[in-house]
Amino acid sequence: MSRIAATLQGLRDQGRRALVPFITAGDPNLEATALTLLALAEGGADMLELGIPFSDPEADGPAIQAASERALAAGASLAGALRCVQEFRLRNGETPMILMGYLNSILAMGESAFAERAASAGVDGLIVVNLPPEDSQALREALAKVGIDLILLAAPTTSDERLSRIDQAASGFIYLVSLKGITGADHLDVAAVKHHLGRLRQRTRLPVLVGFGIKDGETARAVAQHADGVVIGAALVSRMGALRTEPEAIPAALRRVVRDIRRAMDR
Amino acid sequence: MPQPGSNYAQPSQRGWFGQHGGRFVAETLIHALDELEAVYAAAQADAQFQAEFAQDLAHYVGRPTPLYFAKALTERLNGPQIYLKREDLNHTGAHKINNCVGQALLARRMGKPRVIAETGAGQHGVATATVAARFGLDCQIYMGTEDIARQALNVYRMKLLGAEVVPVRSGSKTLKDAMNEALRDWVTHVDDTHYIIGTVAGPHPYPKLVRDFQAVIGQEARSQCLELAGRLPDALVACVGGGSNALGLFHPFIDDEEVRLVGVEAGGLGLETGRHAAPLNAGAVGVLHGNRTYLMQDADGRISPTHSISAGLDYPGVGPEHSHLQDIGRAEYSSVTDAEALDAFRLLNRTEGVMPALESSHALAWVVREAAALAEQVVIVNLSGRGDKDIQTVADLDGTRL
Repeated sequence: MSRIAATLQGLRDQGRRALVPFITAGDPNLEATALTLLALAEGGADMLELGIPFSDPEADGPAIQAASERALAAGASLAGALRCVQEFRLRNGETPMILMGYLNSILAMGESAFAERAASAGVDGLIVVNLPPEDSQALREALAKVGIDLILLAAPTTSDERLSRIDQAASGFIYLVSLKGITGADHLDVAAVKHHLGRLRQRTRLPVLVGFGIKDGETARAVAQHADGVVIGAALVSRMGALRTEPEAIPAALRRVVRDIRRAMDR
Repeated sequence: MPQPGSNYAQPSQRGWFGQHGGRFVAETLIHALDELEAVYAAAQADAQFQAEFAQDLAHYVGRPTPLYFAKALTERLNGPQIYLKREDLNHTGAHKINNCVGQALLARRMGKPRVIAETGAGQHGVATATVAARFGLDCQIYMGTEDIARQALNVYRMKLLGAEVVPVRSGSKTLKDAMNEALRDWVTHVDDTHYIIGTVAGPHPYPKLVRDFQAVIGQEARSQCLELAGRLPDALVACVGGGSNALGLFHPFIDDEEVRLVGVEAGGLGLETGRHAAPLNAGAVGVLHGNRTYLMQDADGRISPTHSISAGLDYPGVGPEHSHLQDIGRAEYSSVTDAEALDAFRLLNRTEGVMPALESSHALAWVVREAAALAEQVVIVNLSGRGDKDIQTVADLDGTRL
């Protein structure tokens, strides 16, 4: 069983939901990222999502676009993101680490080379925003060889038939995009999320985590009542943007934010 | 068009041109692309849709456009017999309107009351705003702030047509960033909005659909050439940014293997400087904006900044079918520099009294450079747009204040 599957199974057994914070690698610099990842885990994160900064993040809203631009300006890259994971793993061997990014970053490194380097750095899962299941086979096989889960996305617009196809190609969990929109959007509708979760549950035995538009403890709690977990990104990344000139303050600040969300979810 | 029984049947059912193309987008958009594909397939088979498209091209766009024998230029260059396909004479001044009329008809067929588009030079934005006005559709045009500054005339023109021009301040603030922002809008308003992509790129079915709507250029040119020159041309020459005017001209000649297909990319300050927009000449295969194709990118897969004197060619990718045609050797892709394009711009003004767009001037510049090697050949140059929009750019280079 993969580290992701084991973690989600363990939470399920305890009747708890996963909290998965997202930050962008190298924002505002690589040293701060590694420390922040450790702080997020200490604050109560069950798994971590680390964004690979890309020049053209077409599915991301302003907050994560800005984070990507800050990271690229500071010289971040996919190789840098892998070094962050490696550093994190020196001090944390348990918390699953998921990379999230756009396909071109992976293709430029080469699918097999990426899989090997990611596995040796300690990566557990990969989400590629613009990779449809139909064209995921080569990458999926490369990742399977080294024990990394390829996590696929489902959306409110995904047909029932297609949900089944996504289930067949995915491993680890399925990431349900909560709304029609980009990351950090502000029109989350919990009733609609519940409806789409219901459709998806009928077609998959994998855990389902929900992301996009989850801003705070209250929305996290509301969504987590129906899902196996929630991903929070833009809200954290905005906080980091506000602290970009004092990066040493970021780990403690984010630890507090995550702890508050954790408390709201576990209430 | 390639006839039934043609060796060339591209793309595949899933939108692949060899190893290029595909549908690399956020999951939320897949449903809208499926819908567009189905509606387009039904429209292709619908005689009434085809008749309405043909009617609009004839009476609204002003087709067929002439194939004009450029006698003075031919004598001046003392090489090939040069024919200009006069897409500059279309309504709104470029070939872009052909595709926009077709896609507006599709938007209406899908019952979508709102259209969006990206634009660089503003020609596709103007053409989209134009059809939106005529069909009564709400319209928002995404445009990088760099381009808004360079193309003030077209920006105001879009506003006069009733469109809202949305400034894009992210990334390099040019065409590629406008396309990112249009994709973000589409994913948010996917239920009531149709995205009119302006070139033969993007996720399937756009590369095929835009090519088909633009193929009228080559269909006309083929029969006009047979009539005027008494035979097929030896070569077709067109500029390539995303590549819609080139593919529109090339596609009906694909099976005519004796006809040479030449695409001309923006060489900017020279390929050796790295400051250009020539992914087919100096790029690598990757994935951007929904398709796999040649891209300008660095070793980490990040998209590189591009440069061209022509805003319409200033794009780091290219339509996947061009990538395929290069891979299989059916078409060849060269480049000319900003300076060569500018010289050709001036030459056509003086010899023929025709002002080409700076984009189209790239195709012409290639013919000027290769004239000796093309002696006696019949060559068709796609004059994809008119140059009025570029007067300010050229005046600035001349140091003239207007």
